[in-house]
Amino acid sequence: MLEVDGVEVRFGDHVAVAGVSMVVERGEVVCLLGPSGSGKTSLLRAVAGLETPAAGAIRWDGRDVTREPTHRRGFGLVFQDFALFPHRSVAANVGFGLRMRGEPVEERVAEVLALVGLEGYGSRMPSTLSGGEQQRVALARAVAPGCELLLMDEPLGSLDRPLRERLTGELRAMLHDLGVAVVHVTHDQQEALAIADRVVVLRDGRVAQAGTPPEVWRRPADEFVARFLGFANLLPHPDGLLVVPPDAVSLGPEGEPGTVTAVTFRGTGFAVTVAVDGGASLEVPVRSEAIPAPGDRVRVAIEARLTSVVPVVR
Amino acid sequence: MKVKRWLAGALALLLVAAGCGDDDDGGDGDGVTLRLVTHDSFAVSDEVLEAFTAESGIAVEIVASGDAGAALNLSILNRENPLGDVFFGVDNTFLTRALDADLFVRHRSPAIDDVDPRFVLDDEHRVTPIDHGEVCVNFDRSTYPDGPPATFEDLADPTERGRLVVQNPATSSPGLAFLLGTIAHFGEDGWQDWWRALVANDVLVATGWEEAYYQHFSGGSGEGDRPLVVSYATSPPAEVIFAEPQPDDAPTGVLVDTCVEQIEFAGILQGTEHEDEARQLIDFMLSPVFQADMPMQMFVLPVVEGIDLPEEFVAHAAVVPEPLRLDPADIDVNRDRWIDEWTEIVLG
Amino acid sequence: MDRDRPRLSGSGLLATVPLAFVGLFFVWPVATVIAEGLTGAGVLEVLGDRRLQRVAWFTLWQAAVSTVLTIAVALPGAWALARFRFRGRAVVWALITVPFVLPTVVVASAFVAVLGPRGPLGGPLGGLLPGVGAILAAHVYFNVAVVARTVANALGQVDPQLEEAARSLGASRWTAFREVSLPLVRPALVAAASIVFLFTFTSFGVVLLLGGPRRATIDVEIWRQVAYFLDLRTAAALAVVQLVAVVACLVVAGRMQARVVPRRARDAARRPVGAERAVLAAILGPTLAFLVTPLAVVAYRSVDVGGGLGLTFYRALGTSRRGSSLFVPPEAAIRNSVTYAAIATAIALLVGGITAGLAAYRDRRTSRLLDLLVMVPLGTSAVTLGLGFLLALDEPPLDLRTWWGLVPIAHALIAAPFVVRIVVPALRSIDPRLREAAAVLGASPVRVRLAVDVPLASRAVLVAAGFAFAISLGEFGATLFLARPDNPTMPIAIFRFLGQPGPLNLGQAMAMSTLLMLVTATVIAGIERFRAGSVGAF
Repeated sequence: MLEVDGVEVRFGDHVAVAGVSMVVERGEVVCLLGPSGSGKTSLLRAVAGLETPAAGAIRWDGRDVTREPTHRRGFGLVFQDFALFPHRSVAANVGFGLRMRGEPVEERVAEVLALVGLEGYGSRMPSTLSGGEQQRVALARAVAPGCELLLMDEPLGSLDRPLRERLTGELRAMLHDLGVAVVHVTHDQQEALAIADRVVVLRDGRVAQAGTPPEVWRRPADEFVARFLGFANLLPHPDGLLVVPPDAVSLGPEGEPGTVTAVTFRGTGFAVTVAVDGGASLEVPVRSEAIPAPGDRVRVAIEARLTSVVPVVR
Repeated sequence: MKVKRWLAGALALLLVAAGCGDDDDGGDGDGVTLRLVTHDSFAVSDEVLEAFTAESGIAVEIVASGDAGAALNLSILNRENPLGDVFFGVDNTFLTRALDADLFVRHRSPAIDDVDPRFVLDDEHRVTPIDHGEVCVNFDRSTYPDGPPATFEDLADPTERGRLVVQNPATSSPGLAFLLGTIAHFGEDGWQDWWRALVANDVLVATGWEEAYYQHFSGGSGEGDRPLVVSYATSPPAEVIFAEPQPDDAPTGVLVDTCVEQIEFAGILQGTEHEDEARQLIDFMLSPVFQADMPMQMFVLPVVEGIDLPEEFVAHAAVVPEPLRLDPADIDVNRDRWIDEWTEIVLG
Repeated sequence: MDRDRPRLSGSGLLATVPLAFVGLFFVWPVATVIAEGLTGAGVLEVLGDRRLQRVAWFTLWQAAVSTVLTIAVALPGAWALARFRFRGRAVVWALITVPFVLPTVVVASAFVAVLGPRGPLGGPLGGLLPGVGAILAAHVYFNVAVVARTVANALGQVDPQLEEAARSLGASRWTAFREVSLPLVRPALVAAASIVFLFTFTSFGVVLLLGGPRRATIDVEIWRQVAYFLDLRTAAALAVVQLVAVVACLVVAGRMQARVVPRRARDAARRPVGAERAVLAAILGPTLAFLVTPLAVVAYRSVDVGGGLGLTFYRALGTSRRGSSLFVPPEAAIRNSVTYAAIATAIALLVGGITAGLAAYRDRRTSRLLDLLVMVPLGTSAVTLGLGFLLALDEPPLDLRTWWGLVPIAHALIAAPFVVRIVVPALRSIDPRLREAAAVLGASPVRVRLAVDVPLASRAVLVAAGFAFAISLGEFGATLFLARPDNPTMPIAIFRFLGQPGPLNLGQAMAMSTLLMLVTATVIAGIERFRAGSVGAF
């Protein structure tokens, strides 16, 4: 079990991580989610031992590793652009950690390459691999020495979108097969919600919200989290803002009357922007054949059960 | 030939293009200026040189070009385009090299009749002897209150271990003279063993006389820690003359049994445009004024007989009755081989 | 497409200028040396002579040891400069470069000043001078810049995440560096090492002044054979041996150079934290002390007149002294040096500029040929060049030996490759669309050249001029053969002063060295400013 206890990371006067605490259980995938500059990568590097915390403690299975050098922690690390050793073959990359520990290399390398679906790739050089293949080599390299905590810094971040979406599913399956604790850093909320058992949303070096993906999705803690998750419909409310998720709003015979102001094609359907009579503007997903045109009068129904009210963040 | 002419044409074009004219170091116009090419140790009193100019109307410009050997070689290399009109400083060890290179114009100075005949080594008078001296081991009197070692053999004795400084004969004329002295003494087959013994006795080799004397010698003006050095028979008077206040006795002395003769010559360089003036300068160098000036300037002895020596010389210079000598022809045939052998033994 | 490379009208005629220059003053003299060296059994005799074998062996091993030591000294500094951003980093970078551009004679006299009698280290380390110790120290001093700059540049391009990845896999910091970064910068390291090897293999001034009677490189031996034995044939044979070794060296260096793969350029340096600061200080402190001390000592000893500070030695430079080793006032040496440097710069700019112009626009084969033609003198030792002038240019119709112009011509030959190397990239980097724009606006091809290329390349030309000037000021090897005793240059004057005893001569050597050092540093500082200014100008 990884325990992060009030960890602070500073760069000179700049506070990158301002006292974050969290726990990651064995077999659990935790996503650190936040925009750039939120401190998620710094926190990950502190756990890896690549940054020294200014305050707080990091424990693994009760053992304090805060001051332990990186190479003694035995945590696996996957980088955004993979950081594969360009002068070594795939097998040498994957076997590097084993060699550093003085453990037998060959058999385990073959085993791990099979696990990530790259049998027979051992003698290839990294530069000859596709982005997806490189990503899997990076994962194989990190887990080959048999680490119990895997740290991943935007592991899919440098891949293009379709590949990323395909790999998200594969990655989740592989991580669960491994059964290790995983800290996964990303700025992509869809990736986080798809992979994580739990999500920790960071903002300015602090935890803005922590919870399971449905908890965070259904009950964002504040305006910042709601906007970061990509909710377009935030309506004024006496206690703050009313969050209306896309699945809580539809066009129909019932509901508030309004006028269509724009229709945008979104690939999987259309987004119809409706100016509700009386002020607010709402984006409504529409998949039916009957697509309204700008200027049409429609009615917008909101399922109150799925909405929530969040405090305004200034 | 054709190629050369083409190259010359191309060169001329290039020079014009580069806007460079030819050499511009002509004379001043009024009166002749002679260039005296010599080595770094050459010196003469201002008054003496001025007297010559006043008397003859000939100005003299001195061009120093390194150690005696290097200066001569430079002049030989530049034979076709001489560096000057008169060369001073070829010694008996390099004499045949200079003569073989046909460096000099014949000139029999009338004053040659006053010169001790043993200094006249070239019967054809291409070179004129100007001064002589002896290269000998000097010793620091303070190290030897009971008297110094005397002979070459003594120097190889273990009691003198780590005490002698010599010069590299490849780069220093006293160094070469000293080597030749040991060959004259031990013979062609004996000198090598003596030098091997010296190496075993931790002899120190300096590049030039100045380094050996000032940096490594402990006597007189030397600042080193070795009490024996290869220098000149006239070094002790120099230690008296330049000391302040002047001591009654010289702080250094000479091992007369190690002395080898060195004679310096002057000659008129082939290709000079001022041959008549050059002859006058050579003659002047044999004149009593110049001959009497040399001891105090260069610490060498006059070759002309009957020149009065400064009193410090009479008092402190070693008298060397029979310095070692080698035949210049012998030297010329063997010099480079000897130097190579010496280098092999001593520096190898 | 040929149209992309507009040609100057009559460019063929222009090409004859560098061709004639290099042909006359490089190919002809060097060919003469080779012919002389191969005459009879010259080379075989040299190879069979035990003493000369020892010279060759010494040349080889001192170069190898110098190279290894240089790498050992430069590597930590390179690592520190590549990995960390700190106040004064630019200053450190500049300081590391300074020794490399200093004249060899100044570096040698700096080590004489430090290690000689009465030098600050003359006591404990005085035994190094003269000898191998002083030679190695000076060689390391000289070449630290080559290794540090090359490796720091390469290291700066290695993604620091690679080492972090290695550390996360169980490698300590040192293991991570050794296993990951070092192999990645190895081509750069080998290229730098081969350059250092070449420089130290052909070392002349340093060995001549610091080596003492026992130590000689092939270059020094060539000089000795000429100056002391007048044995031109042995000298030429040695030069042939030297030439073969240098060509082999250049081929290896060229191969390695080709393998240096440019990687993603991004400044990976970051601020040091915690213990890293101490490590940084422990690395850069001694490195800087090593680089600065000799220069500081030279400057100090030039004003240390015994019992106090004064300008006696500087004043003495203005007077001709009886019994001085120079029979012209040392001031004349300064005048000569500046005049020669100005002429050499003009010639180098003319020859190098034309070559660069032709090389930048002509098709690849012509450009490579021209490049090679002007680059080859760079690999030839200055001593060989001097010997070649001595042998080849002393009989009619090329009877130029009395001509003072040979000195600046030799300097120009040595400087021209630098001019080409600086100007060609500048011309090639000019966006062709600028020329097209000018042409569309109605400019004739000549107007295009004048309106676009000339102004854009002028910075590079100025930088090249500065380099040529500095090279000429410091040139020693060829000058020693060519300068007549009545026309010494500053390095020759320093050499003569150092060869004479007494505090006045040493002081004058120090004063002259300080002046030369200041002039060179000023020129180089000017170049750096121009360089910095040109970044991002377009």
